[in-house]
Amino acid sequence: MSKKGVNIKIDELNTDVGFIKNLQLSFCKLIAETWTEPMGPTPFPSLTALREWDLKLLQRYKPFYLPYCDVCCLCTFGKCDLTGDKRGACGINMSAQQSRIVLLACCIGAATHIGHARHLLEHLIEKFGHNYPLDVGGLNIKVEAPVTRLVCGVKPETLGDLEEVLDYVETQVTHLLSVAHTGQEGSNLDFESKVLHAGMVDHVGMEVADIAQIAAYGFPKADPEALLVDLGYGTINVEKPVILCIGHNVVPSIGIIDYMKDNGHDGEIEVCGLCCTAHDITRYYKRGKIIGPISWQLRFIRSGVPDVVVLDEQCVRADSFFEAQRIKAPVIVASEKNCMGLPNRTNDPADIIVEDLLNGKAPGALILDPEKVGEVAVKLALKVAPLRKKFKVIPEVDEVIQRAKECRQCNDCRRACPQDLHIPEAMKAAATGNLAKLADLYELCVGCGRCEHACPVGLTVHSFIVKAGEKKLKEETYKVRVGRGAIQDVEIRNVGSPIVLGEIPGVVAVVGCSNYPKGGQEVAEICTEFANRRFIVVTSGCSAMSAAMYKNEEGKTPYEYFTGEFTSGCLVNVGSCVSNSHIAGAAIKIANIFAKRNLRANYEEIADYILNRVGAVGVAWGAYSQKAASIASGFWRLGVPVIVGPHGIKYRRMLLGRADREEDWYVYDARTGEKVYVGPTPEHLFYTAETKEEAMVMIAKLCMRPNDTMKGRAIKLTHYVDLHKRLYGTMPEDIHLFVRTIADVPVTMKDEIVKILEEKGWKETVIPDPTLLPRMIRKKKE
Amino acid sequence: MVAAEPWQTAEVPGPKKALVVTKPEIVTAMIKKAKHPILVVGHKAVETELNKKKLIDLMIELAKKAKIPVVATAHIVSEFHKRKYKPAGFMPAVDIGNRLVDAEWSGIDGKGPHDLALFVGLPYYMEWTILSGLKHFAPNLKTITLDNVYHPHASWSFPNTSVKDWVENLRVIIEKFEEGGK
Ligand code: SF4
Ligand code: SF4
Ligand code: SF4
Repeated sequence: MSKKGVNIKIDELNTDVGFIKNLQLSFCKLIAETWTEPMGPTPFPSLTALREWDLKLLQRYKPFYLPYCDVCCLCTFGKCDLTGDKRGACGINMSAQQSRIVLLACCIGAATHIGHARHLLEHLIEKFGHNYPLDVGGLNIKVEAPVTRLVCGVKPETLGDLEEVLDYVETQVTHLLSVAHTGQEGSNLDFESKVLHAGMVDHVGMEVADIAQIAAYGFPKADPEALLVDLGYGTINVEKPVILCIGHNVVPSIGIIDYMKDNGHDGEIEVCGLCCTAHDITRYYKRGKIIGPISWQLRFIRSGVPDVVVLDEQCVRADSFFEAQRIKAPVIVASEKNCMGLPNRTNDPADIIVEDLLNGKAPGALILDPEKVGEVAVKLALKVAPLRKKFKVIPEVDEVIQRAKECRQCNDCRRACPQDLHIPEAMKAAATGNLAKLADLYELCVGCGRCEHACPVGLTVHSFIVKAGEKKLKEETYKVRVGRGAIQDVEIRNVGSPIVLGEIPGVVAVVGCSNYPKGGQEVAEICTEFANRRFIVVTSGCSAMSAAMYKNEEGKTPYEYFTGEFTSGCLVNVGSCVSNSHIAGAAIKIANIFAKRNLRANYEEIADYILNRVGAVGVAWGAYSQKAASIASGFWRLGVPVIVGPHGIKYRRMLLGRADREEDWYVYDARTGEKVYVGPTPEHLFYTAETKEEAMVMIAKLCMRPNDTMKGRAIKLTHYVDLHKRLYGTMPEDIHLFVRTIADVPVTMKDEIVKILEEKGWKETVIPDPTLLPRMIRKKKE
Repeated sequence: MVAAEPWQTAEVPGPKKALVVTKPEIVTAMIKKAKHPILVVGHKAVETELNKKKLIDLMIELAKKAKIPVVATAHIVSEFHKRKYKPAGFMPAVDIGNRLVDAEWSGIDGKGPHDLALFVGLPYYMEWTILSGLKHFAPNLKTITLDNVYHPHASWSFPNTSVKDWVENLRVIIEKFEEGGK
């Protein structure tokens, strides 16, 4: 197999036939294979190659659709009313339409990561060459790209090798997107299977992006002791010029950092970030600072602290250019994906751009050369900072009080607020000079700004809240462990056995954005609770930031008191959104390194292994984006359940198991071919929790797997029952579904549980060698 | 006026919208008419104070008088127990929604499919999406929301009403039941 693209690039060539400029040639050629593992059944899988596996999952975890509205408005036949069993003019029905929208969302998410990966890779190849080696963890990592190896069946060794991997995933996304066209797929289950495909290729794209940047930029290489760096508004030295970078593509930020260092300005300027760019800045530059999650965009810009705002791509507020103008901070946009209507100044001399931005001739510039971004941003920041004097748009207390008196108590703000925050009440109190109620909203507010657009008298509600919460904002000084990247092979070896046997009760991945129902504190609580319970806790993205924002009595953040090693009782920050691939990678490596299952293009078997044996759960408490949807779907196909916070119900459908349907919970015993009842383990594949308490109990429950040993199951049950009792105030009613033999019952809870078992008419079952794949049965039943 | 507009401004429904409950007696009548109603109570019933009582207390009163089996969602089952009331079941909100779309499900008490589901106390956006799922995929089920906000995807909903009117509405619904049921 292994096609490798060879690119030849000739800038200038003088030949007999003439002068050639900018010639690029690409060849595809077969190269010698260095990976000796035999090729598995599904290299570079097509849209339908894994359909059977998907249908198995979907048979057990049937979609429950929660339509956002009754109509479809995708084509000019419509709008069509799809209420109930009506069909649209194209013949589609509501369930297929819902899964079509989910597919669209996942394609957007996957394309976003993959487009980002392509951009990054092209840039890195140009800078470092095709043959630059993919070192993501030195001797500690032999399986450098587990997702890619599993899906594609290739073992990339250099940056150049990643190109064909991206060729494949790009092609798949194009096919998948085309499926969403009117008059293609008509079955909801086939749409769902394609959703899973989108998620799978998304994980490959994320992996490509992250391993490329880790290798080329020297980010921490699977380092359990990655540095602790500063996080929070309060860590910014406002006396210095401040450059704020927002987005997910670190390349322009690296241009800034390099320019600064190369020109003797290191230490003179604060370089800080919001969203995943911030994680990646700190992976490159230890003085880099993270302001906070995506929802801090408005509050931090409005604070007036940034002197120059640099926008790259993904999760950048569409009004951030406007907001930056309000604080008179010039803006540089640095991505083709996000030009913000600004003129392309890429080919202009840096000093002229600086001059134009400085004297207000232009409020912003599009610069598509990251090195030029660096030069312009640094020069501009040094010059603009003394002039701006941190001009802010957050009103003073007096003004808040005065303006609050104009509030009509109309409730429009509250009705616009996704959190249903009691803003009118807070305004009423503010009008009397008491800002405490507004301050209470500070941590609950997701910073969306909808309230302000709704207010008929033009009150800048969000700014008022930030003013009221200013003390908290300014005190935000935390430590977060830098995104470490992959998990080492040796760490996998060490934890593989206790995870698979159930002695480490589970791996909890707390990931995603900050659309939290009740503020980020719940994320920190979830992480802390499970790390204290000796689960393996990993984080990424905005959730990794939120987890850092709460200190214990000693003033320490969770990253300071939990280890960064991938082991029982840890808090591991893998990094930015694209680093989520390492979490999937860790699950895959457990099957491969610990259990020695073949990895190469052997997707079904590995996913079957993970579903039945690896007690991993994803938690996206504040999931908001399409990327979050596709990341989740990549986990589902691998057999990892995902819990989302209540806003996640707006993803339009859940994948729910039915614990009450016994027939859904049979697996084959690979030893005998018998079908064995294993209980609802794991009960759901995609699930919305209404409250943090519900999520925590469900995390413990979804970590149970058919393969748990008796000791392991007893440990898992202990956590489930214990959390259930504490948070629900009662015993779980389904405990009998998880006890296979009396030895599964935790000793300390024996009397209580045995009593329930008796009441429920429980019968002992066997613990099989579980699989859903008939081909894995070793000795077929006669 | 208290128009039948969704509470959350942008939650514009499609062609099929909830009928507005203009008089609370209608709800009582519908419960009485139903063969096997069910009451789903979300966690906000514990957070919501109505005239020194909590919403959950009113729901217990209603459930007892109307003899409706209750499902407590999220983590609030213990709040029922504290009030010496044992709900018929407790389960995640999405689970109860998912069971209600299954026409073959034998109900929370095993007494057969439910024909009427009353909802109260879920986060607004969770309730509207679950009601939407039921509107589309549970054709034989009628839904009523007892919240004081308009839920476009229910079969029947109150309009956006003040807390004062809400309490009054709930009081009337409960009082219209004789002690002990229908
Ligand atoms: S795509 Fe189909 S359902 Fe949608 S508007 Fe067009 S005809 Fe109607
Ligand atoms: S900015 Fe905050 S208060 Fe305003 S609508 Fe958004 S979440 Fe609500
Ligand atoms: S929208 Fe404006 S006027 Fe109306 S209640 Fe809110 S803050 Fe007051």
